[in-house]
Amino acid sequence: MALDAADLGPATALVCRECGEKYDLGPRYACEQCFGPLEISYDFAGVSREAIEAGPRNIWRYRGLLPVPSNVESTPNTEPGLTRLVRADHLAESLGMQRLWVKDDSGNPTHSFKDRVVAVALAAARELGFKVLACPSTGNLANAVAAAAARAGIRSAVFVPSDLEQQKIIVTAVYGGTFVTVRGNYDDVNRLASEIAGEQDDWAFVNVNVRPYYAEGSKTLGYEIAEQLGWRLPDQIVIPIASGSQLTKIDKAFQEFIKLGLVEDKPYKVFGAQATGCSPVAAAFKAGHDVVRPVKPATIAKSLAIGNPADGPYVLDVVRRTGGAIEDVSDAEVVEGIRLLAATEGIFGETAGGVTVACLRKLVSTGALDPEAETVIINSGDGLKTLDAVAPVVGPSAEIAPTLEDFRASGLA
Amino acid sequence: MSTVSVRIPTILRTYTGGESEVKADGATLREVISDLDAGYAGIAARILDDGGKIRRFVNVYVGDEDVRFADGLDTATPAGSQVSIIPAVAGG
Ligand SMILES: Cc1ncc(COP(=O)(O)O)c(C=O)c1O
Repeated sequence: MALDAADLGPATALVCRECGEKYDLGPRYACEQCFGPLEISYDFAGVSREAIEAGPRNIWRYRGLLPVPSNVESTPNTEPGLTRLVRADHLAESLGMQRLWVKDDSGNPTHSFKDRVVAVALAAARELGFKVLACPSTGNLANAVAAAAARAGIRSAVFVPSDLEQQKIIVTAVYGGTFVTVRGNYDDVNRLASEIAGEQDDWAFVNVNVRPYYAEGSKTLGYEIAEQLGWRLPDQIVIPIASGSQLTKIDKAFQEFIKLGLVEDKPYKVFGAQATGCSPVAAAFKAGHDVVRPVKPATIAKSLAIGNPADGPYVLDVVRRTGGAIEDVSDAEVVEGIRLLAATEGIFGETAGGVTVACLRKLVSTGALDPEAETVIINSGDGLKTLDAVAPVVGPSAEIAPTLEDFRASGLA
Repeated sequence: MSTVSVRIPTILRTYTGGESEVKADGATLREVISDLDAGYAGIAARILDDGGKIRRFVNVYVGDEDVRFADGLDTATPAGSQVSIIPAVAGG
């Protein structure tokens, strides 16, 4: 692969998070010494509020903070990001809170935050000379990879558990590309993808062999929240956890903005949200452990059903460092969470959003989260992809004949 | 003595001369890793930490089972088993 010609913007090297070993930029993801995850280091230059504000109305306004080439906007991509930050007064009121915001990432091109990470992975994969965009996925990533590859005009190869929600199967298949359902759970699919990645040199598995680049895409959620709040950080933020990448990268984004002087340095607390049926990180947090014991997932929140979360230990670090907490909720509470967000704010989140809202409610009731402090929650995906979760519990108020008499008789006036 | 097949991840193939799959002997995973190290000096220290435990960012499978769900290094490796060593920093 022609790495000499690679333009990865401000990225300068890959560094092991565990042992500090340093590597040249390239298609690496695990440390050769200790298997620890590699993290990108940067040399930032020319980043200012003005430069960002003058940028495009998508994640490329933060291009100077990402491992992507300077011409990234001119190559075909899905242009995700700059989703709305919604002031959620009705939800706040129902939970006894003061100032609450929902970062509604269901507004992305394929309706989840995964478009952010995939766009960055695609840009880096191109620079690194890969030919195929691939992934193992719990569903949303599958949609995002298939769509991004279609847009870029390259082949995709997507692997998902065969018991995935029908909606997520269809919305991935429609983009064409190679799409494989695997008889196993996500952790099985993930393992298979790691083994395939060891054989297929020119396949970029976005969350495996280009993961250091991919993961940086989640920083844009943090950047946007700070910019949309008027260049300041919230007091508290609640984030769903699957592998834990999104949570750690939002924290990284806040730290970078502080270091670059783009926002005032102030304390903030990071909270994590899981479904009880797959809550290895919440369990480790509650038990005071710093390692995460893998579990076999059993929850309707399939997008979060990663039993062996790669970034689990780092999530624990961030949450403990900032004074936050990690909560988990039952599937029934997840469904309630989806309904509550929809009924109070007109936002239909997927099960991951239900997990986050239900955990917010629980964190308020346990006192772990301060109802007076300004809080942001992430709605990371769209309810239309997990219709089965709410189908049994919602429906029309009545069915009537097309007559005024019937309407009156229904008692709905 | 049972012989098993071990799948080697890309980052350890420098030890195996580029081979992605090698043979090793041992009745348990612990014995298999020590036999691997006899053939490919230094490889065990990449898989195990200083305390002799499986490193936190390595997943090891015997057949389809993550050994963390079985008996860890004491997991039995019957003749003909497939052992896979895989970096954990993936997924999501
Ligand atoms: C909708 C949704 N929210 C949140 C997550 C969690 O992301 P992470 O693996 O970065 O923790 C996922 C991951 O698949 C997802 O699909």
